[in-house]
Amino acid sequence: MATTVATAHAPAESQTGLWSWITTVDHKRIGAMYGTTAFIFFLIGGIEALLIRIQLMKPENTFIGPDVFNQLFTMHGTTMIFLAIMPLSASFFNFMIPLMIGARDVAFPRLNAFSYWVYLFGAIFLNLSFVLGGAPNTGWFGYSNLTSTQYAPGHGVDFWAIGLQILGVASLAAAFNFIVTIVNLRAPGMKMMRMPPFVWMTLVTSFLIIFAFPVITVALVFLLFDRFTGTNFFVPAAGADPLLWQHLFWLFGHPEVYILILPAMGIVSEVLPTFSRKPLFGYPVVVYSGIFIGFMGWGVWSHHMFSVGLGPLADSFFAITTMMIAIPTAVKIFNWIATMWGGRLELKTAMLFSLGFIALFTMGGLSGFMHASPPADLQQTDTYFVVAHIHYVLFGGAIMGIFSGLYYWFPKMTGRLLNEGLGKVHFWSTLIAMNLTFFPMHFVGLLGMPRRVYTYAPGMGFDTMNMMSTVGALLLALSVLVFVINFLASIRGGKVAGNDPWGGASLEWAIPSPPPAYNFASLPEVHSLDPLWHKESREAALASNQMRGPIHMPPNSHWPMFSAFGMTLMMSGMIFGWFVGIPGLLIMLFSIYSWAFEPCA
Amino acid sequence: MVVRSNRPGFRRWLAAVIVAAPLALLAGCTLKEYPQSSLNPHSDYAWIIQHLLNQLVFWVLIIFTLVQVLLIYTVLRFRNRPGAPEPEPVHGNTALEIAWTVAPAIILALIAVPTVMAIFKTQGAAPKDALEIKVVGHQWWWEFQYPSLGITTASEMHVPVNKAVVMDIETADVIHSFWFPVVGGKRDAVPNHTNHLFFTADSIGTFPGQCAELCGISHANMRMKLFVQSASDFDAWAASQKLPPNEPDSTTLAGRGKQEFANGACVGCHTINGLSEGTIGPNLTHFGSRTSIAGATYENNTDNLAKWVAAPDKRKPGTLMLNLGLNPDQVTALVAYLQSLK
Repeated sequence: MATTVATAHAPAESQTGLWSWITTVDHKRIGAMYGTTAFIFFLIGGIEALLIRIQLMKPENTFIGPDVFNQLFTMHGTTMIFLAIMPLSASFFNFMIPLMIGARDVAFPRLNAFSYWVYLFGAIFLNLSFVLGGAPNTGWFGYSNLTSTQYAPGHGVDFWAIGLQILGVASLAAAFNFIVTIVNLRAPGMKMMRMPPFVWMTLVTSFLIIFAFPVITVALVFLLFDRFTGTNFFVPAAGADPLLWQHLFWLFGHPEVYILILPAMGIVSEVLPTFSRKPLFGYPVVVYSGIFIGFMGWGVWSHHMFSVGLGPLADSFFAITTMMIAIPTAVKIFNWIATMWGGRLELKTAMLFSLGFIALFTMGGLSGFMHASPPADLQQTDTYFVVAHIHYVLFGGAIMGIFSGLYYWFPKMTGRLLNEGLGKVHFWSTLIAMNLTFFPMHFVGLLGMPRRVYTYAPGMGFDTMNMMSTVGALLLALSVLVFVINFLASIRGGKVAGNDPWGGASLEWAIPSPPPAYNFASLPEVHSLDPLWHKESREAALASNQMRGPIHMPPNSHWPMFSAFGMTLMMSGMIFGWFVGIPGLLIMLFSIYSWAFEPCA
Repeated sequence: MVVRSNRPGFRRWLAAVIVAAPLALLAGCTLKEYPQSSLNPHSDYAWIIQHLLNQLVFWVLIIFTLVQVLLIYTVLRFRNRPGAPEPEPVHGNTALEIAWTVAPAIILALIAVPTVMAIFKTQGAAPKDALEIKVVGHQWWWEFQYPSLGITTASEMHVPVNKAVVMDIETADVIHSFWFPVVGGKRDAVPNHTNHLFFTADSIGTFPGQCAELCGISHANMRMKLFVQSASDFDAWAASQKLPPNEPDSTTLAGRGKQEFANGACVGCHTINGLSEGTIGPNLTHFGSRTSIAGATYENNTDNLAKWVAAPDKRKPGTLMLNLGLNPDQVTALVAYLQSLK
């Protein structure tokens, strides 16, 4: 394994071919692989949603039966959360964080590759369940005791529990990597309070992951013990309290919501200043709000459990903590609007999606405020009102933010601009279709339609609104198709972007698009929060393109991929048997050993 | 941040416009069109929730309007136009930021107080004279027991109007959620827990409800009906339910059906007082008096009942009721017997 030595004349990005992708440790290539894979799973999750919507378009429809329906909504939720939104955010973390903090790569490049491969194999493993005896069908929240072997025989729940464990390894490894990267690899002069807001939100998200995932890991270990070894953690007949699962799950699950939304908030906080030609209004307050949201996310989990009967005191406590989260959220929204106030707004597609984020996330926040009040929640929980709420937060929020980031950073990633005309079609069709799909769900929920039902009776007044949602979902699919076309056309034929197509403020815009393998020829020096917007600090940043000697880049390695493969194989042995698990274990051990002793110059 | 005035008349007017308009729209959604609506309260409990919801909607609409108008106005006013000035690099404004931190906090306090009051009011002790009903969730039907009256029935809950009832909610298998939207919020049935819910229904009528927590394959078919009756009608119903089951003459069709029932596998799961003691399926002692079958999924008529008894899994996916492979004669006899159990 030779050390790649990049010089001004021989940059290191000349690697091509499949093997170079499999062995790459370049954060940009890993980011691209994360993004592509996650987008494919976003499409798969979308197809699952479409099938759900077709089934529900009229009462007593027989398009798909209840068993397949339950599998679809379970996999739709699981896929969108763990296989689409989180890794789409991870794609931005990977690609952008080193560029934004002025680093050559992440702190642990091979661990970074390992995270990606674990994610990919875990995602494939989870989806194999569709063809190997049925996907999980107990909801993405997998409430015990419906997940016990008595009520969920078959391997669906096993695929789900083991799949989430595998994916958890990927998330944890990535989170540790980004914490170390952000804390240690910032360019000289970039103090914590000079970090771009997206970097801050990545840091907060990574901390949430390392604290939240151990909780779900413990819960899943209990569940797997119950299912494979006959323990009784969640078996009521043996005296267990199934609410244990709900507490553990939501103690993970609510921070998870912020894991999904904070990166999008970070993206919006980058995009708005750039296209307003104005610095972020109240940067410290926006940062502290993000930290406060992340912190408070740990004190609200039982608002998912108002109907289980925790008693008036607990309900009051969690109602008040939940309402308190509205404060930093409101602060962020007003700071974003104030950022635009007095600016010169360029309504590019990236900006439109950020504006869409503010408008739609506000609606999701307000419906969330409505079920922060437990008595009101008792009418709303487990109805389509909550389905509307989470989709305003996760589609209107997270996905709109991610699209905004895609239009914003696509030129940096590929060297070419996405087509603005198609981008605007994409934005407006998404905005309209999104509201057509999810807005009626508020009402159909308040009018009494529970969620997770595969059928409903005629004469309940649900028909028209369900048809609207189904039509909206189909339009939404078309709007995503517009994006796919734009993406495929622009990646080869888009307008050449140059270093800085938007006039951005942060370091990534100082270097070529796409960036060379080593990112910065020499490490930049940072003197302010918006280095490219100040005359002297701009020159200091641009000076980072000048080569001042040879650059040592980490060599490629195939061991991260083999370690990930071995680990997935080992864990899948729980379902397939020892003859799969033992070889998996051996491959994993050998790969980790080889990884540890691999010369890395 | 919010339009406020000390004049109570103005505030009331504002509240009327902001709350009443959309709620009037929704209230226009009558129970006839939307029988399972949570916005047509018919009990004290449901009204407490409705009042709270009105306050929430009031604030939500104000904030929604404020943010969206501000957002759209900002975008239109400051959009890039030829000759637009270079923006001032403003980094923040402490006074403003404190203002929009405190304003939401005040609104939250205004809603937190009635919220906590409503929580304690609806989750306190039930009225002492309340009629007790034990609710048991099963995959996929609801059982209702009236311990003080010695009645056990399924899928259809009867309560007297203007009298407090308290439900002790339990489950026989997985978690379910008990929900009649017209009389209030839902409450889960959790293994090894007994949850409580009480309300006083204020109008006579029949209202649908259903399980609200995913409980397996036929979760969507776990429905129920609430009959709010006048005191005399309720007493009459209770009296009829307490009677022993109808004993058809053994020479009639219904009598043959009774034989089929008693000699078949039916007795393993179903109770008919004096005849069988199964508890896996619904108590059928007064089955003929019910208006619906199969977890209130189908109307109780000869045709539906025959199809149900002949092939339950075809009518309700996953049902635990077995397909006994009955021949048409057996089915006809069983249907006649079951319908005779008024």
